[in-house]
Amino acid sequence: MTTIDGRLGAAPEPTGPVSRIDYSERIPNNVDLAGDRKLQRALERWQPKFIEWWKSLGPQVPTKEVYLRTAVAIDRDGWAVYDFVPMEEYRWGIFLAETDPDREISFGQHKGEKAWKEVPGEYRAELQRLIVIQGDTEPASVEQQRQLGATAPSLYDMRNLFQINVEEGRHLWAMVYLLQAYFGREGRQEAEELLRRNSGDYDNPRILGAFNEDTSDWLNFFMFTYFTDRDGKYQLGTLKESGFDPLARTCEFMLKEEAHHMFVGTTGIQRVVERTAELMKEHGTDDILEHGGIPFAVIQKYLNQQFSVSMDLFGSELSSNAAAYYTAGLKGRWQERRRKDDHSLQDQTREMTKVETGQLVTETVPLLNALNLDLRDEYVADCENGVRRWNQALEDAGLPHRLTLPHEGFNREVGVYSDAHVSPEGEVLTQDEWDARVHQWLPSEQDLADVRSLMKPEYEPGRFAGWIAPPAQGVNKLGVEFDYVRFWQEDN
Amino acid sequence: MTAAVETSTQIPGSDTGAGHLEAAEGADGVPSVSFDTSPDRYRHWKLDVDGEVATLTLLVDQDGGIVPGYQLKSNSYDLGVDIELYDAVQRLRFEHPEVKSVVVTGGLERMFCAGANIKMLAQSTHAWKVNFCKFTNETRNGFEDATQHSGQTYIAAVNGTSAGGGYELALACDQIVLVDDGSSAVALPEVPLLGVLPGTGGLTRVVDKRHVRKDRADIFATKSEGIKGTTAVEWRLVDAAVSRGRFDAEVRTRAEEAARRSHRPTGEQGVALTPLNRAETDVAITYPHVEAQLLRDQRRVEITVQAPAEAPPADAAAVHEQGARYWPLALARELDDLILRLRTNELELGTWVFRTKGDAGTVLAHDAQLDALADDWFVNEVRHYLKRTFKRLDVTSRSLVALIEPGSCFAGTLLELALAGDRQYMLAGVFEDVDPEADPASLVIGGANQGAYPMGNGLTRLESRFHAAEEELQAALARSGAPLEADEAAALGLVTMALDDIDYEDELRIVLEERASLSPDALTGMEANHRFVGPESMETKIFGRLTAWQNWIFNRPNASGPEGALRRYGTGKRADFDVKRV
Repeated sequence: MTTIDGRLGAAPEPTGPVSRIDYSERIPNNVDLAGDRKLQRALERWQPKFIEWWKSLGPQVPTKEVYLRTAVAIDRDGWAVYDFVPMEEYRWGIFLAETDPDREISFGQHKGEKAWKEVPGEYRAELQRLIVIQGDTEPASVEQQRQLGATAPSLYDMRNLFQINVEEGRHLWAMVYLLQAYFGREGRQEAEELLRRNSGDYDNPRILGAFNEDTSDWLNFFMFTYFTDRDGKYQLGTLKESGFDPLARTCEFMLKEEAHHMFVGTTGIQRVVERTAELMKEHGTDDILEHGGIPFAVIQKYLNQQFSVSMDLFGSELSSNAAAYYTAGLKGRWQERRRKDDHSLQDQTREMTKVETGQLVTETVPLLNALNLDLRDEYVADCENGVRRWNQALEDAGLPHRLTLPHEGFNREVGVYSDAHVSPEGEVLTQDEWDARVHQWLPSEQDLADVRSLMKPEYEPGRFAGWIAPPAQGVNKLGVEFDYVRFWQEDN
Repeated sequence: MTAAVETSTQIPGSDTGAGHLEAAEGADGVPSVSFDTSPDRYRHWKLDVDGEVATLTLLVDQDGGIVPGYQLKSNSYDLGVDIELYDAVQRLRFEHPEVKSVVVTGGLERMFCAGANIKMLAQSTHAWKVNFCKFTNETRNGFEDATQHSGQTYIAAVNGTSAGGGYELALACDQIVLVDDGSSAVALPEVPLLGVLPGTGGLTRVVDKRHVRKDRADIFATKSEGIKGTTAVEWRLVDAAVSRGRFDAEVRTRAEEAARRSHRPTGEQGVALTPLNRAETDVAITYPHVEAQLLRDQRRVEITVQAPAEAPPADAAAVHEQGARYWPLALARELDDLILRLRTNELELGTWVFRTKGDAGTVLAHDAQLDALADDWFVNEVRHYLKRTFKRLDVTSRSLVALIEPGSCFAGTLLELALAGDRQYMLAGVFEDVDPEADPASLVIGGANQGAYPMGNGLTRLESRFHAAEEELQAALARSGAPLEADEAAALGLVTMALDDIDYEDELRIVLEERASLSPDALTGMEANHRFVGPESMETKIFGRLTAWQNWIFNRPNASGPEGALRRYGTGKRADFDVKRV
């Protein structure tokens, strides 16, 4: 099955015969690790800490081996090599997209200059900050999802979860590589801090709030991979434009894997919706919990929750940091090179909606300061694609129900809406009105408990929990009944 | 409603050049900033008292700027926020004798305080920035003064990132506890981000108070993201870095430990700082004991201070009973308020002339009581408040002239007003045409002039006056307690000039007119250099070296020119520096 993502093209396809690329290398890479003594030394120090972190905060279900994709090179053969791997022996590699020796910076005050191969001293602090924040999110989701394996609705889904987990781990490696290779001693310290902070840890929380929330159940996981990983995609998309070439190339390669994570989210929600529609038709009621399905209204609430939390990840609509990053050439816009303007944005404006005295009003703001909003708008448009797709499933089932994205001001804690209450339909509400209606829109304790009651593990190959439809096909052209995850047998 | 703004006059201007704004400002002379507030009116601070420990929590109302034009995001502050802080610090000393340690903390998640608001600084005139920095410096010095002299130890509970003025706020505390959460840092990002200095004592306190090695201080002050956790402890930037889980307990333990060491009394009643009785017109500000005439056409303020009308109260209990009406306290409060208002609102009134009126005997009797009851907590507070108020005069960028005339009472505490002045003129004899029967003017050196009110350099004003002239100092001190008439005072070097009534009026007119004709900037610099002789202290370095450099940098195009770092901060444009070193 191929999913077409509007912006990135086809989601990753299996790539034929297993590559004969040398597996003996512990850390697959295309950064000449073998010839870089400095980097070797840094990674030798860091890698045991990473493994320790993975063991204590990675997936908690004990498995023998998992059918995983490993990137061993960046070409068509190498980036997706499938095999059974014991998870702690997964070979987290370091890959940058191909270098273009003539690449120029495409925006900001350095537009037209050669992209930087080393960190310019002038921008050390800002670049380090950007990389640390991006890096901090990667292991966070692994931590958030570490208990999910215990309630996987199938081995296929469990495998996808683990695939995402190891790849988030690899994305952490990518950021750590940049810190260690380009930011000296301080970069090495920051790399260790990335493992020291932990999601939801009271003493050392992750930097961004959304990454300290628990991933409570599988519906939440699919929502997370659809909405929150998509934020990651857009952030990577802006860093892919960076004037700092190693960062740009790293992010470009990460985007390939990110597309797969979103594929898991898109199809996961799709399968839940399909199953819900099926049960609704079969029983002629919306109230399908007792028939083992997730009610449509609960799906909408989960969507509302994850969408709004992910919107917060874009930061304040008006941001002087974003403006400074742009002008400095550190972080561009989505599809910067395809934009038809001067790529410096001085004195340009755009419209921004906000709440003023209980009403939505529009204000004209400097475009340069509104780049977070610019990126968020691109993101929202992308989110609509999935919603359309899921609604198609409802339409195909002959049901009138439709999922919708809530208003951009709904349930926001960051930015211009953070002091206001806005309903999913975009009405500005008082505190009392909000309190009275919030559980129509966001999952209540009861909703969470209801969903949790359905989360029974299904470890039999080819079998699926009752609340989710099987996928159209398996991984790497294998069947859905394939034993993607193998457990230790008693006799082992 | 903003407590501190009385009129809509906008002091900091728009985005036009600073020079243009200075010309436009102050022309109407309407006082625009008031320093009156009280805890029930605070918008930005919360003051909680729990037994011997008080907690000051900064939670800035971002729409509560003292003037329009910026939002106070991330717990950044402006003059209005600091006016509340000053009020709280003062009230803690007078109204809360039971409080023995003060925890300063932030009310936001992960952000202790981001320092002075940058947009506010960028839109402000130079004069506004300088006044703002001076006032904030004085308040932070007040933390240290309370810690040292009041048994109220300030402890910074830095529960999130503290940058720039935020870290400087912490630096003014006796101890700094930083949360060690892998993210929160202390930072002085002014140089790398704004092209200016951390001007509220930051650079000075890092090396002089916290003894951070100079090379580390150099790294720290150029590293915009700051320093976290154990490194911050190792470099002595903070005293402890503690996990979130242990943070509150650590702060509490330190606060209780500090409270145990305090000499403040237990079971005493505080003294309420009741609202000041102040009358204002366009040409005068009048308090019960202090009156200021604003002579706008001559760009001068004539200030008259009244001696107490009666003898001091009988004993400590009676002193407490008088409370805010106790003359030395009332004097300190009125002078303090006047100095702040004139400094902030009357920029063009460049010369302040001080006179005193009343009986020197009652002034000296009050001094004797202040001395005799020095161990009383309230009297101690009053003495230190007077000391701080005189220090405010020392760092005021106005020409200060004392006129010692018949009927005046420049004795003891009030003689400090004359000694703080740049010049002292004394009438020899009497005004023959006005009151030929009057007693000739005299002044009296009292015990209060010999250590009760040290300047920022640690010297008394007499010691400063006779710096490195030990014999002259001893000659003057030998006459302490005696009324000294003009000729003797002049001979002892206690006044600039003794003039008889034939010369007095003309001489003064010319002196004051001439003064008004000189460059205000040059006068400010000249006076500041002359006033602080002898040794340097952290305080003199902050008000002298740090402030002078800061003010130079503030005015340079690299900071406040249209392409300067301060003006460009937040616009997304980077500063374009003139790279020549000066």
